[in-house]
Amino acid sequence: MSYEYIKFGKEEREFREKIEEISGENVFSCYQCGKCSAGCMFSDKMDRTVNQQIHRIQMGQKEKVLAANTHWICASCLTCSVRCPRDIDVAAIMEAIREYILREEPEKIIVSELPKEVLERLPNIALVGNFRKMTG
Amino acid sequence: MKIGVYICECGSNIAGTIDTEKVARSAEPLPKVSVSRVYRYACSEPGQNLITNDIEELGLDRIIVAACSPSMHEPTFRAVLKERGLNPYLLEMVNIREQCSWVHSDKKQATEKAISLLTAAVLRNALQQPLTPKKVGVTNNALVIGGGIAGIQAALDLAEVGYKTYLVEKTPSIGGKMAQLDKTFPTLDCSACILSPKMVDVGRHPNITLLANSEVVEVEGFVGNFKVKIKKKATYVDPVKCTLCDECVPVCPVIIHDEYNENLSPRRAIYIPFPQAVPATYIIEEETCLGIDPLICAKCRDVCGPEAIDFDMKPEIIEEEFGAIVVATGYEAYPIENIGEYGYGSIHNVISGLEFERILSASGPTDGVVRRPSDGKVPKTVVFIHCAGSRDPAKHLPYCSKVCCMYSTKHALQYRHLVHDGTAVNFYIDIRTAGKDYEEFYQRAAEEDGVIYIKGKVSEILEDGDQLLIRGVNTLTSETVEMHADLVVLANGMMPSEGTKKIASMLKLPVDSTGFIREAHPKLKPVDTVISGVFLAGTASGPKDIPETVAHASGAASRASTILAQKELEIDATIANVNEMLCRGCGMCVDSCPYSAIELEAKNSFGHTIKVAVVNEALCKGCGTCSATCLNGAIGHLGYTDNQILAQIKALSQK
Repeated sequence: MSYEYIKFGKEEREFREKIEEISGENVFSCYQCGKCSAGCMFSDKMDRTVNQQIHRIQMGQKEKVLAANTHWICASCLTCSVRCPRDIDVAAIMEAIREYILREEPEKIIVSELPKEVLERLPNIALVGNFRKMTG
Repeated sequence: MKIGVYICECGSNIAGTIDTEKVARSAEPLPKVSVSRVYRYACSEPGQNLITNDIEELGLDRIIVAACSPSMHEPTFRAVLKERGLNPYLLEMVNIREQCSWVHSDKKQATEKAISLLTAAVLRNALQQPLTPKKVGVTNNALVIGGGIAGIQAALDLAEVGYKTYLVEKTPSIGGKMAQLDKTFPTLDCSACILSPKMVDVGRHPNITLLANSEVVEVEGFVGNFKVKIKKKATYVDPVKCTLCDECVPVCPVIIHDEYNENLSPRRAIYIPFPQAVPATYIIEEETCLGIDPLICAKCRDVCGPEAIDFDMKPEIIEEEFGAIVVATGYEAYPIENIGEYGYGSIHNVISGLEFERILSASGPTDGVVRRPSDGKVPKTVVFIHCAGSRDPAKHLPYCSKVCCMYSTKHALQYRHLVHDGTAVNFYIDIRTAGKDYEEFYQRAAEEDGVIYIKGKVSEILEDGDQLLIRGVNTLTSETVEMHADLVVLANGMMPSEGTKKIASMLKLPVDSTGFIREAHPKLKPVDTVISGVFLAGTASGPKDIPETVAHASGAASRASTILAQKELEIDATIANVNEMLCRGCGMCVDSCPYSAIELEAKNSFGHTIKVAVVNEALCKGCGTCSATCLNGAIGHLGYTDNQILAQIKALSQK
């Protein structure tokens, strides 16, 4: 039988605090009622529910949080944030996870190195967005 | 003789399953019945007026109400008869709700059953005799058994009303479990700070006689007139002379575990239980002292300046009479050594909730610094396991003690306040915070103090070097988990104390399946017991937190006052009575009576001395056990005579 080893060290604390810093939310406000996941119209497309992601942030389980697709599926419709009984901006936490990933491992897309045919098909907004992301 | 019959519909409770009109019509041709009516709510004021008017206009002299259980509304309708000058015992109630409409679904059959029950009642009612309740005097003193916060509150309330109150406490000081607590949720009030003023009030109140180190050994009598024997153990220290100088303690050669600190520190055989103890005196513990004999050891006596130590002190038996008794005998923590997989008792750093309470306390074994028992180190990770032995009907306690979620949360929060870089992890099944400001307290622990909550049970605790390896499950992520911790605190629940069991059996109070004393009604009589004059305060009747205990105790004092305020009490007239001509004096009724209400007495019969059974009318509850036991049919039952019962049986057996 294998056990998931849980610890509450520096690494765990730093990850949790970074997410809290970016989102401006206290993840310990969450008492796992699941209302965010219950109302999320994309819950069935997510490999972990939104409340599970928040629980794992409480526990500081960085790798598990980042490995999920939840925050990428999130469309920031804000249904969760509006409905949360503890008044947590859940969507902001999802955004914070995305930010965390981008800040840690920015995708280095160098426009000048993109093939011509790709550039022709790419909408302008994608290019602008890419420049912005890199400077943000 | 004119009988009036009233069928109550009880809204749809009865009328939904029974054809009430048909039942009413069935009674009309029966002998002596003058009128038979249906009413929607017979217990309502218009319903009662209907009966009153019929008594006046039709000259009714007996009333039958077919409605709910007599335990609900018999007093209501008896009062109607009494008001109109009729004997209240000429009322007969037929329970067509609990015994008919609520338990049947077939309307036709339920109606037939209601008709049979009513017919039997009419035949019995015609044979009923007027009865007169007896009256007994009342002793206006109160006895409170148990000196925890419940007993303290009940005694103070009774004393404030003006009744002389005896407070009997088994241990050397009042205060109970609350005196051991460091802080109380959800306000984090220091427990001793809010408790000790009440303890001091008890010690000083002119209406309270405090008997510490004493036990109730015998209770006889009945409501208004309990005769109680109390054994006051010898303390061997004169409380008046003792100046609390502490000189005696260092010289005592006996070193034993201090129960006030949950055995985490030592004490001597001569000791004061804790600094705020009431009565404030040192005592010598007879069981552990080398012998209460100056030839063996008299070191304490030799150093005692005020000569307070008296080896010749003897236990006393105090006999007193009381009008009412409040049982405040409290709880004990569940013995967590029963949970083998948690290793309590064999693993040093697995401790109970009450032990952690002492470790947190400034007056505790570690002077308020959180240190673990094995090596005195400050633990950096503490795991709190909720429901240790609770909600486990298969092996441990079946119920929820409803304080453990809150005290574990409080422990975790206090630990985080004391050890800033420490981690507090709670393993829980559900978090139950049903109380004023409790949910807010729980949210504060998580939000402001970073207490971590993992939903799931711990399966086992293993020693791993100087740490503990905890294995369990996180049901929110569906993973089995393991983690290391330096200290584990098991949140064990409440169970009835030895004192509660002993007093329940002494007073013949029925207990529920978990051993707590049963209330007379779980909702409407939460402080009454089935024995009139005996009331419940605090955890003797089930787990309670401090605010609930205090409210319960004040309730018990208030209910006891309703008896103590009377000059005399009416005793229900439906009790056993003996036909002396038939009694053989065999004594079977004496043995079978659950209330010890029958005794054999010598009587002169035509020049011979014979023994006959005599019923104590105040003690008899009218249960009928004796009548059923008597081989000669010598014990009858007023209000339920053999010919009345036979008339009922005859009616019920006719189809």
